[in-house]
Amino acid sequence: MKVLVAVKRVVDFNVKVRVKADGSGVETANVKMSMNPFDEIALEEAVRLKEAGAASEIVAVSCGVAACQETLRTALAIGADRAILVQTDAELQPLAVAKLLKSIALKEAPRLVIMGKQAIDDDSNQTGQMLAALLGWSQATFASKVKMDKDSAEVTREVDGGLDTISVRLPAVVTTDLRLNEPRYVTLPNIMKAKKKPFETLTPEALGVDVKPRLATLKVVEPAKRKAGIKVADARALVDKLRNEAKVI
Amino acid sequence: MTILVLAEHDNKSVRKATLNTVAAAQKIGGGIHVLVAGHDCAAAAKAAAQIAGVAKVLHADAPQLDDEIAENVAALIVSLAKGYTHILAPATSNGKNVLPRAAALLDCQQISDIVSIEGPDTFVRPIYAGNALATVKSSDPIRVITVRTTGFDAVAAAGGSAAVETIAAPADSGLSKFVGREVARSERPELTSARAVVSGGRGMGSGENFKILEPLADRLKAAMGASRAAVDAGFVPNDWQVGQTGKIVAPELYVAVGISGAIQHLAGMKDSRVIVAINKDEEAPIFQVADYGIVGDLFQIVPTLVEELKEQELKK
Repeated sequence: MKVLVAVKRVVDFNVKVRVKADGSGVETANVKMSMNPFDEIALEEAVRLKEAGAASEIVAVSCGVAACQETLRTALAIGADRAILVQTDAELQPLAVAKLLKSIALKEAPRLVIMGKQAIDDDSNQTGQMLAALLGWSQATFASKVKMDKDSAEVTREVDGGLDTISVRLPAVVTTDLRLNEPRYVTLPNIMKAKKKPFETLTPEALGVDVKPRLATLKVVEPAKRKAGIKVADARALVDKLRNEAKVI
Repeated sequence: MTILVLAEHDNKSVRKATLNTVAAAQKIGGGIHVLVAGHDCAAAAKAAAQIAGVAKVLHADAPQLDDEIAENVAALIVSLAKGYTHILAPATSNGKNVLPRAAALLDCQQISDIVSIEGPDTFVRPIYAGNALATVKSSDPIRVITVRTTGFDAVAAAGGSAAVETIAAPADSGLSKFVGREVARSERPELTSARAVVSGGRGMGSGENFKILEPLADRLKAAMGASRAAVDAGFVPNDWQVGQTGKIVAPELYVAVGISGAIQHLAGMKDSRVIVAINKDEEAPIFQVADYGIVGDLFQIVPTLVEELKEQELKK
């Protein structure tokens, strides 16, 4: 069974982002970039499926600028067998990414596509659901447990009220939540090995996909800051403040 | 302009998130129709018809629409879409699951998690865990939108008298089957709509220790929440998580106990009206957003706080 894993290059989760002075976006120059943490979990899950004998090949895909190569090299070091970069300098929005992934999925014919439930930069939480829609496949979002069967997968999903379990027919798209697994660290020997793994570069034009953005970003601003409060000495002082100043109890 | 709102409901009643979403629809302006899709959900459809400002309720009732199965609900939305300029759903786990599927089938770029409305095609949404707010303008003919419920004050659940129209459900796609649900049962208010929230973090040390927060939550009639660290450590279940990728809350009072205040946690609670932090590390970032902070051992402070609240109660 072939598994496709989509990974996105994003500003590292430890970076405190800064809004650009001209309001056009968020500063990404000279900022540490990493693989979207949810996609790392997706990749880890694919590698575990392979180690358990449920998957035979893992193909990692990323869409974006040339530097996404680094993200894909990391994916290869974690355990993907080969990588595909759909390279473009154009701004890619979730619908466009879903269309690109669809054309890759049709070529590669995986039984399972796994990706993070959302990217920590635009926080859209759309691409997996959109890909499933465009392919007419089943979807299992926010997965915290995946159990593969021959023609189906049983997926436990983190939902607002607790946990839902659904059974989806394969091929399927699964998006990962935080508790699915704990990704492994990349080791130096694996980084060396990754350099020899197959790496293919495509373009949206070659795939015949129109990636024109549908949303124009008019401006990006910093949210209003909360003004720092005060420290109080003890519980009694706190109750007094909550009652007489904040009037919240 | 006519707006379709996907109702969040449990077949018997509509959840509050629906009221916030209708409020967002009102800000856009135009006729508002509410879609109640479920199974044996006539009572929910009736409740939706009472919501202030709703012109029509579409009631789709079929077993394949139960349990929020995305493939079937998305197909239903798509079948209705051509009559609408906007399709809205609350940014709940259900809305986030279903709506992007419908958007893609309509060839529309969804706008996720809007917090305010600048015009019929222009919306504000948080990005980077709420560290930036982007104003975006859609060029799609139908604007497909999920609404961050904390961004819009709920409309009244009563006072409306919309007509209820029964509509046909699409056939079961057969792609997904519901297997089961582990529902977190609690007597406490629901986390995203509670007036007060008491949350614990890694500093609680164990799931057992969360018990000391219960009397505090009882006193404040609060829901209980947690940071990602506490959920990852297995102290409490996943549906307690407040943060960028968990629940977004904005109660009147948020009490953060043993929570350091990672960016992704702040993203889920920094719009609360009053924030209280109790932490032994006086450098903890949570104090930068807290209105009132106490530095010290939570295991001593929390019980004293409960006693103080009791005493106050008696004085009333």
